[in-house]
Amino acid sequence: MNLARLHWPERIVAGDVVKVRLLVQHAMDTGYLQDLLGKMVPRNVIRLLTCKLGTREVLRVEPSSGIAANPLFEFFVRATETAEMHVEWVDDRGRRGEYKQTMAVLPAPPR
Amino acid sequence: MKAWRLAALMCLALHSAWAQPTPPTRALPLSQLQSGLYFSGKDVQALQADAFANPAQLWLSLGDTLWRQASDGNDKSTSCFSCHGEANQSMKGVATRYPAVDTRSGRLMNVEDRINQCTTQHQKRPALQPDSDALLGLTLLVAQASKGMPLQVNINGTAKPHWQKGAALFNQRQGQLNLSCAQCHDQNYGQRLYVDPLSQGQPNGYPVYRLEWQKLGSLERRLRSCYSGIRAELPPWGATEMRQLALYLMWRGEGLPVEVPAVRK
Repeated sequence: MNLARLHWPERIVAGDVVKVRLLVQHAMDTGYLQDLLGKMVPRNVIRLLTCKLGTREVLRVEPSSGIAANPLFEFFVRATETAEMHVEWVDDRGRRGEYKQTMAVLPAPPR
Repeated sequence: MKAWRLAALMCLALHSAWAQPTPPTRALPLSQLQSGLYFSGKDVQALQADAFANPAQLWLSLGDTLWRQASDGNDKSTSCFSCHGEANQSMKGVATRYPAVDTRSGRLMNVEDRINQCTTQHQKRPALQPDSDALLGLTLLVAQASKGMPLQVNINGTAKPHWQKGAALFNQRQGQLNLSCAQCHDQNYGQRLYVDPLSQGQPNGYPVYRLEWQKLGSLERRLRSCYSGIRAELPPWGATEMRQLALYLMWRGEGLPVEVPAVRK
């Protein structure tokens, strides 16, 4: 099962720059470690991870074996309107994961 | 005369039945108990406190999903939820009481064993593998329901011999390094082992996310790590001896609050 968690401030007004935190569950096996029974675990890390806010791509990462298991990503986006954040990733074994969460944005107050 | 004697005997018998068993002496006084978090670095403490970034949360979400999932995808089959309802309500305090002796089978069971008993007997599914993500997730969900509650295991009655064996194991030197658990965790906690401070070996945060493992792990896995550390012979997974040791640890840490989801180095 592929799991992720997304987090941003509860109250976002259009035009705000918000910090997005993304936690992805992945073993990020480096290929250098053994399992509990002493067998080598083949390398399996996330190859590519992308985040789309609405139709706009806001983050693209190509993590390598130097990234810890269950990686945490933090980045900033400018929120303009309510949109869905869509996270997708694929690992060395070709397994895909995705996670969606809607970012609710309040309209900007009139000037 | 005879009647009087009989009465006296009965009184004696009743008295011994009612008499409180004297509590065993503690090498580590209750007033000095410290959770493993106390011996962790600031970074680890910060990671545990961060409700979002704490990686154990991922397994908690997994456990919550599995709790509601029917055993074979069929709506008529049983899920944990269909019998027990919300884990937060029905499982409150459960994690503080285990390992405990199962009255039907007479086995000393930890929370994982108890979950697997439900899986095989009521859900009619093969048992979950030890330390599999599914079993850890469910165990963490059950432990989460007791968050903040003090550890309180029963060591009397049928659990007594298990407690005694656990206590003996804790104090027995073993392995190529010829060390006992007590030598590090009773007598030298707070000192350093290479660069890491020695903790008291308290069991109140399990299943725990260890940075060394880069995933969640059970108390049994942690004990196995210690066994490897002192180069002792490893018992097979699921060995009663590990549950006995865990029972002793739970008694030893009596009163410490359950601290899941915990992160350790």
